[in-house]
This record gives sequence, structure tokens and C-alpha cells, in this order.
Amino acid sequence: MIRITGATLPDGTRSDIFVANGRIAPPGTPTTSIDADGLIALPGLVDLHTHLREPGFEQSETVLSGSRAAASGGFTAVHAMANTMPVQDTAGVVEQVQSLGDRHGYVTVRPIGAVTVGLAGEQLAEIAAMARSRAAVRIFSDDGACVHDALLMRRALEYVKTFDGVVAQHSQDPRLTHDAQMNEGVLSGELGLAGWPAVAEESIIARDVLLAQHVGARLHVCHVSTAGSVDVIRWAKARGVNVTAEVTPHHLLLTEQLAAGYDSRFKVNPPLRRDDDVAALRAGLADGTIDIVATDHAPHPVEAKECAWDEAAFGMVGLESALSVVQAAVVDTGHLNWADVARVFSAKPAQIGRLDGYANPFAVGSPANFTLYDPAASTVFGIEHLHGKGVNSPYLGRTLPGRVVTTIHNGYPTVSDGLLVDADIVAATAEATHG
Amino acid sequence: MRHLLSTRDLDRDTAVGILDVAADMADVATREVKKLPTLRGKTVVNLFFEDSTRTRVSFEVAAKRLSADVINFSAKGSSISKGESLKDTAQTLAAMGADAVVIRHGSSGAPRVLADSGWIDAGIVNAGDGTHEHPTQALLDAFTMRRRLHGNAARGKDLNGLRVTIVGDVLHSRVARSNVWLLGALGASVRIVAPATLLPMGIEEWPVEVGYDLDEAMDAGPDVVMMLRIQAERMSAAFFPTAREYSRQWGLDDERAARLPAGSIVMHPGPMNRGLEISAGAADSARSVVLEQVANGVSIRMAVLYLLLSGTGEVGA
Ligand SMILES: [Zn+2]
Repeated sequence: MIRITGATLPDGTRSDIFVANGRIAPPGTPTTSIDADGLIALPGLVDLHTHLREPGFEQSETVLSGSRAAASGGFTAVHAMANTMPVQDTAGVVEQVQSLGDRHGYVTVRPIGAVTVGLAGEQLAEIAAMARSRAAVRIFSDDGACVHDALLMRRALEYVKTFDGVVAQHSQDPRLTHDAQMNEGVLSGELGLAGWPAVAEESIIARDVLLAQHVGARLHVCHVSTAGSVDVIRWAKARGVNVTAEVTPHHLLLTEQLAAGYDSRFKVNPPLRRDDDVAALRAGLADGTIDIVATDHAPHPVEAKECAWDEAAFGMVGLESALSVVQAAVVDTGHLNWADVARVFSAKPAQIGRLDGYANPFAVGSPANFTLYDPAASTVFGIEHLHGKGVNSPYLGRTLPGRVVTTIHNGYPTVSDGLLVDADIVAATAEATHG
Repeated sequence: MRHLLSTRDLDRDTAVGILDVAADMADVATREVKKLPTLRGKTVVNLFFEDSTRTRVSFEVAAKRLSADVINFSAKGSSISKGESLKDTAQTLAAMGADAVVIRHGSSGAPRVLADSGWIDAGIVNAGDGTHEHPTQALLDAFTMRRRLHGNAARGKDLNGLRVTIVGDVLHSRVARSNVWLLGALGASVRIVAPATLLPMGIEEWPVEVGYDLDEAMDAGPDVVMMLRIQAERMSAAFFPTAREYSRQWGLDDERAARLPAGSIVMHPGPMNRGLEISAGAADSARSVVLEQVANGVSIRMAVLYLLLSGTGEVGA
């Protein structure tokens, strides 16, 4: 039995936490004690939008390296996007990804299934087979590409409803964003970079919420990035549409101004937007219009970023820095308290993904998934804070608040005293836990 | 001056200083021996990822007149293999001891990436990057305008009061961007004329006046009309319906050219699409300074290389 002493729970109360047999236990006699004085105990973070790249792009990330990055950031579960090679569009591939996650044991890996075969946007993938596989897929997404054909999107929403699933849409009108490089506005005009207009996101979201309402299905909107999108979603929720939405940490903190030096670390899709958009996203997250934070962790090899802006890959790594960035962007600014963070970064994403065990994270009997976080720490974020394969972080050299001290996944530590526990030990413990 | 990446960074005095050095260089060109020993022992690399013989040759002549060694690296041919990264190329050039790299690249910002990268220590000259900037073109345009305005008494002077109308595809034009910033710094007033599809988002924030009607702009009697090259492939992307419609609405034909005041000049960065954005009559008329632009290009590029490499660098240091 592990005893965590003096942790501050998300609601602000102080409590000891007991862990035994992988679960939160009633007070007893501990064999190990962890001093959590001054630390916040947050429920294990759940990422609804992670690119783990395996199978197919192991030079960018693997399930193991991505899992380590996740654990170091305080996560205990991640949802792995479908744009692997082969694509996660069959039961076989999603089961493979899930079992890799189980074997490594740092986090629970929940595969996301493709909506369409090969993410090509033409024909529905075998959604039923993935839903009924051992991986029990509940989130379906062509992320990276938008399901832009209206009829196909309608059918996907209806079909996925059959399995209590949800379509997570990457909202991007492809015709309006041909070769788009950054937010369209004054700056893109000056820099001579092709613009990615806000309307290309907002028009797809508007269409999708109407479709979701029409067929009575659930819709999840990935990485909302504009003030207009927040308005559309707010309007849809007021109409009773069953829609949820996510925002990334980087869209909560960074703006398009960072593109001015053509440093491709700041190239991401959807692009960084204006100050007004950042303000609207923070307000939307605070008032519940936006339900969750999700990282869109997108590792790339160094050479994919060491080039001219329009030749560089889109994407940033984000698992390791996510909680610190959320603290900087919305906690320290007064938009969210820690209970809100627990909701938007754990309970609610778990609910959207139909992941059990996160509803009452500190109740006796719940699976012990939590992280101990020191909000008073402050660090200059550096390469040494990155634990996946990607170093394409926009935060390198920036001072960020907070530090993940300990992460407990299914009752065993994956991060201890700020250091990742050795992979062999974690894998062995995970194996023993699975029985 | 460490690099020349953009005209955005040039203030009035720096820009006037470059034009003045270019005037000295132009004087050299009239002498029997056109060569100066100034950059002997320095190596200038022309790194052209995009084909542009006229710009490359202009830089090459400029460097040679200053006695620099010139190496041409071009994507056409064997020196830059397809897929070789900017980084690998830059490191190769650094190993060769390049003192200045003149780069033409299809990607906006590539010269800036090179300058900021730490891969190479050389001075970087932007010879046109994507749809971003083409600073030496704008400098040679300003030089040409200043000579027309002030003749032999141009030294030390800017373009205060000059009225310049730029016509055409501003959205995709690096020449237009560099000209807008530089002309603004030099005190000229700029008017832009194009269909709304060919204007960048946010142009209302630029220091220019914007209009859609070329005839109205001609009737205002500008001192300078600068026609931008229009690329036929823009039609397929629905920026305008047909070449004929574009030419009728926004082309400088003989009739429009004839309506310009006596002293007005017509400019074009080249290469021209005769019959599309400019008629043959307008291109070859006495108003046209297109060939002067070419000649002045060498003087401007000599001035830029000199300021980058001579180590005197008091202009815009
Ligand atoms: Zn996406």
C-alpha cells in the first residue's frame, strides 16, 4: 500500500491518498509513503488527441516513446490518432496499437479509428469491426484530413451512433485551405504565406453541428482555433446539439505573431491565430462552450522542421508541456481553477471517449490514476523536458510554470520524483497488474 | 549591413545610403575599366533554387565588377540535387568559405531561415523569396525613380512627394511588397490597383491607397506606373476569369498609356507578358524605363554586396 500524504485535491481540500491493488483504498498501513506537501493531486490526465505515429512512422514516435512523453506530462491515458501507416482503419491495427500500449504500461492507450478507409474521405472504414474489437473503439476520426463530403459526414455520424461512438472532426474546408501555411490576415499578407482563413474551420463546424442535430448523433470538434468557431459551438449547444469541443494548449497560449520569424516550430494545423481568438478560446473553455483540452501532440523528426516554412511539417509536440501551458494560459490568468482543470483534462475527455474509471478519481475503489503536480515551480522549458522522440516544441527557451512530480497509472508509479520510471520496471509492473 | 532580407527593415537614411553607394557604382560603369578591386578575395555564392537567369546574371556581373569570386549554385543542373535540404546546402557553402550568399528560393522566408539558422556565417542577400520580398528589385526601382526625379542631383535625396501606382497581382508579388515598404520609407505615396481577388488580406493596414479601377488611377496622373507580371496559372485558381478580361480591365494598353502626363514613367520588373498586363506599345514607348531598370540592377547589387562585404558597413550597420 502507498500512502500519499498531505496532497491538495482539485477542490482545494487537503487529504492523504491511499493506493492498494491498483485502486484508491481506504486508509490503512502503508508500505511506501510519498510526501505531497504543497503538491496538487490531479486525476490522471486523459488526452483525446495524440499522434503516436506507430505503426509506420517510428522515426517520429512510437507507442513507447509517446507513452513516456505522456506519463512525464501527468497523463494516464491517451487516445491515439488514426493517421498511422497502415491507417488505424481495421480491427487488426487498432488492436495492435492498444496491445502495444498495454505492454509498455506507462499510460492506457485507446486507439482512435479512422472514419474512412485510408483517411481518403471516400468510403466508410469498418467502424463496427473496430468498435467491437478488443480495442472497443469509440472515437472515430480522419484527423489530419477533414471528412468534407457532406453526405459521407452525415452517414458517418449516423453509423457511429450505432456503437455509442463519436466522430471527432478535423474541421478544415480543403478547398479554402489549399496549400495554406498560417492564419490568414494582415500578417500572412505581409509574410507572403498562403492564408488559412478562419472561415474554413467555422463553415465546417456550422455544417457539422446542423448535421449532428439532424441525425441526432454526437459530434466532437477537434482543436477549435477561432473566436468564430466558439460562437458557432455556443449557438449549437444553446440549440441542444450534442456537440463537444476541444482546444489545444498551444491555441490557448500562442499567437500567429510567432510566425513572423518563419521559425517552423510554430507551424501547426490549425494555425496559431490572433490575440482575439486566444481570448475567445480561454473564455469558451471557462464557460463550458469548449469542453476539454487536448494536446494534438504531433512529433516530427528534426529534418521535417529544419527547412523553409512552407516546406516544414505541421505540428508540435505537446504532451510534456501541456499541464504547464494550461496553468500559464488559463489557471494563472484566472479563467479556470484546478477543479476545472481536472474536469477539462480528465473527467470530461474520459466521458467523451467512453473510458471508464475517471468519473470519481479519488473515491475509494476507483482505479488509481493521478498525478502530483507542483504549481509553484517555474522552469525554463528545455530539450531535457521532452521525453518522446520529437523535439519540435514551441516552448523551448520559454519559462513555464509547474512541474509534474509523480504520476500513478493503475496504482503504480510511472513518474517518480520528476523522473520517468525505467521502462522495464513499468512494463513488468503493468504485466503483473494485468495478471 | 549584415544581411539584406527585406526592405521592411530599411529606414529612410539606410535606404538613401544604399542608393547613394549605387550611384557611385553606376559612375564606375561609365568608365573604360568597369572593375573595382574592392572585394578581391571574397566569395559570393549565387544560390538559386528557382530559375531566374536575369537576376542571377545581374548579381554575377555585380560581384565580378567588384572583383569577388562568384560561384553559381542552381537547382537546374547538378549542384543542388532534388530533395537536398536548405540546411545541407548551407553547410556545404559554409565549408567552401562563402562570404555572401545570394539566395533565390520559392519559399517565403527561406533567406531569413538561412540567416537565423547558424548553419552558415555568411551575409545573406534575399534575391526573391516566394511571395514575400525581392528587396534588390525594389531598391533598383527606387534608384530608377530617383534618377528620373532628381537627375544628377539625386545624391542624398529620397522620393518625397512622388506618386507611384502599382497595378496587378499584389497578392503573389514579392516585388510589390518590397516596393510598398521601401517607397513608404522614402516618402513616396503608393496607390495599388487590382481586382480584389489579387489583393492580400489586410492590405487596408498597409501604407497605401487601394483602388480597383485602373482608368480612374490613370486619370489621377501618377508620376510612376508599375505593372506587375501576371501569371496565367492564376486563372485556373479563379483569381480572374480570362486573360482577355484581365487585360481589358487592368492591362496598360496604348490608350491608357497615352493618357498619362508627359513626365510619367512606366516600369515593369520583368519578364513582361506583352499583350497581357502591358501592351507592346506601352512597353516600348518613351515612357518605359524597363531597360534602365535592368542596368540599374547591377549598380544596386554592387552597392548591396559592397555594403555587406567591404567591412565599412556604416550604412545601416
Ligand atoms: Zn487535426
